[in-house]
Amino acid sequence: MNVQSIKGLVQPERVHRAVYTDAALFDLEMDRIFGRAWLILGHESQVRSPGEFFTTRMGREPVIVTRHADGSVRVLVNRCAHRGARVCEATAGTTTEFVCAYHGWTYGTDGRLAGLPLPDGYARPAGDSVGGGLARVPRVDSYRGFLFASLAEHGPTLAEFLGPLRASFDDFVERAPAGEVEVAGGVFKHAYQGNWKLVLENHNDTVHPAFVHASSIWAARQEPVAPDGAYSEIGVRQMLQNGAPWEIWENTGLWVAGYGHSWMADYHDDSRLVAALEHPAFAEYRVALERRLGREEAARVLGELRWNSIVYPNCSFMSQFRQLRIVHPIAVDRTVVYAYSFRLKGAPERMFRDTVAFANVVNGTASPVLTDDLEVYERAQQGLGARGSDWVFLGRGQSGDLPDRDGTLRGRSGTSEVHIRNQFAAWLEYMTAEP
Amino acid sequence: MRAADDVELRSEIEQFLYHEAWLLDHDRLDEWLELFTEDATYWVPLQPDQADPLSSSSIVYDDRRLLEVRVRQFQHPRAHARVPAPRTVHQVGNVRVVEAEGHDVRVGSTLVLVEYRRERQRVWGALVEHRLRRTAEGLRIAAKRVDLVNSEAELDGIVCIL
Repeated sequence: MNVQSIKGLVQPERVHRAVYTDAALFDLEMDRIFGRAWLILGHESQVRSPGEFFTTRMGREPVIVTRHADGSVRVLVNRCAHRGARVCEATAGTTTEFVCAYHGWTYGTDGRLAGLPLPDGYARPAGDSVGGGLARVPRVDSYRGFLFASLAEHGPTLAEFLGPLRASFDDFVERAPAGEVEVAGGVFKHAYQGNWKLVLENHNDTVHPAFVHASSIWAARQEPVAPDGAYSEIGVRQMLQNGAPWEIWENTGLWVAGYGHSWMADYHDDSRLVAALEHPAFAEYRVALERRLGREEAARVLGELRWNSIVYPNCSFMSQFRQLRIVHPIAVDRTVVYAYSFRLKGAPERMFRDTVAFANVVNGTASPVLTDDLEVYERAQQGLGARGSDWVFLGRGQSGDLPDRDGTLRGRSGTSEVHIRNQFAAWLEYMTAEP
Repeated sequence: MRAADDVELRSEIEQFLYHEAWLLDHDRLDEWLELFTEDATYWVPLQPDQADPLSSSSIVYDDRRLLEVRVRQFQHPRAHARVPAPRTVHQVGNVRVVEAEGHDVRVGSTLVLVEYRRERQRVWGALVEHRLRRTAEGLRIAAKRVDLVNSEAELDGIVCIL
C-alpha cells in the first residue's frame, strides 16, 4: 500500500474501516508504528537488582528486559542468534545467563554470547558471525522509573516523545509518600477479538460509560450504600461513578498532545475514591505525604486530578488510581492488554488494598464493567468487517478543539472525540514517514 | 469416624454441589445466590496458590454484596457481554470431604465447565473448594474458591459463573 492510498484512509472527521480490519495494514503498523515509537515495557521495580528480568513483547518482537551486572537495563530480542528459538520462557525471574534449549548457546544478561558447544567447528568465531549475541533493542530509556524502548535506531528522545504527558507520570510518582511506586498485586491479561486501536480509543471516550456500562451502573444503584470499610465499597462506588450525568462528562477536561497522546481530567466526586476530597480513610496517607512534601505541595499533588492518560501506541494508565495497561497487538483482530497495579511506597497498606479492589472491578477479566468493554470492542470489530459503509465517523467536537498550553489541544468538551482524531493524526504520520 | 469416611455426609454434600451446578446451568442465579451465607465470599484467584484476596488481584473476589451486584448485572437486558447469555454445563467431580469442624465442612472438588456463547465453545477446568455451613435453612456456602488451571493465561472476558 503506497503513501497516497494510506493518506486517503484518514480524513478530518472520518477514517476508513480498513485501518481496523486490513491485515496488510496491520503488518505495516507493526513496522512503522510499533517499530518506531517509544513503547512502554514496564517499571524499574520489576528489575530491581542485577540478574532480574521479565519478558514481554514490543509489537511482534518477543523481548527480555534485564538488569545487567553493571546496573543498566538491557532490552534483548528473545531469539537465539543461532537457529532462532526463544531463549527465555519464564515471564520473570533472576538469572546470570540465558541458555538456549536447542543447542545450548548461552548469553549473558547483556545479551553477549558467553558460550556455545563445539566452538572449533566454525571457520571464524561464531559470535562474530551472529553479531555478538542476542539482538539488542537499540534505544532504552526511562522516565520516573517507567521503562521504555524503541526498536528504531533514531527518532525523538523519550522526553520529546512524551512531551506534556510527562506530567501524568510525575503525578503517578509524586503521590507516593516515599516518592516511589512499585509494581505489585498481580497482572490481569485480558484479550479480545478486535483491533488494538479500539481499546486506546475507548479509554478517554466519556460517552461510552452510560451505554456500555448501563448494566453495572444500574446493578450498583440497586444496592444500599456500603458500610464503611466493607470490601465491596470501592468496587460499587466505582460502578456508580460511571453513571455520572452528562454535565459532568461534558465539563471534564480532555487534552491531546503530539505523537497521539491524550489525558483526561477526573470525573469522580466520591470522596472515598479521591484522596483530595478529604475522606477520613485517607487521613493517615495525607499525613505521610505531607511529611515529605509539606502541606501546600501535598495539597497540590493530590489536587492534580487525572483519569486516563494514554501514551500512544501501547499504554493507558491511571496515575491517580495506580493502574497501568500495556496494549499488545497480536493480529489485526486480536489484542491482549496487560493491566498492572502499583503500590505507593510509604502509604498505609490499606491504600494498596483499595488499589486491588479497584483493579478487580476496573481491569478484572471477569469484571462486570470490563467484560462489557471487551464485548463492545468485539462487536465493533465484527461490524467493521462489513462493507455496508466504509467509514468510521469521528466528528464529535471537531470544530471546537482549542489550543492550550504546552502545545496541547483541549477538547471543546469532555465528550469530544479529539483524542481519537489525534491518535489518527499520529497514525498517519508514522505510517507515511520515510523509512 | 473421620469425615472423609462418612458416606452419608459425602452423599449429602455431593447432592448439594450437584444442585448448585444445576442452578447455574439453568440460569437460576437468584436461587444460586441464596445458597450463600450473608458473610460469604466467592473467590477466583488470579495466581495459583494465591494466599490472599485483599493484597493481590483476583479474577473474581466478591463479598455477598458484590456477588449480588454481579448477579443483578448479569440479568440486566443491556449486560452486553451476556447478550446472548452463555449456556453452560458444570461437571462436578472428585468430591472429597476434606475436613468437618463444628458447623462447617470443607469440601474439595473438580470442575469441568463447558461454555457456549455466540458460535464459540470454551472449556474451563478448575480445582474448587467449598466451605459449607450447616444452618437452620440447610447447607449454605460460606466460602467458595475456584482455582482455574489457566488463571494466569491471556483470557478473553469471563461472563459465566464458575
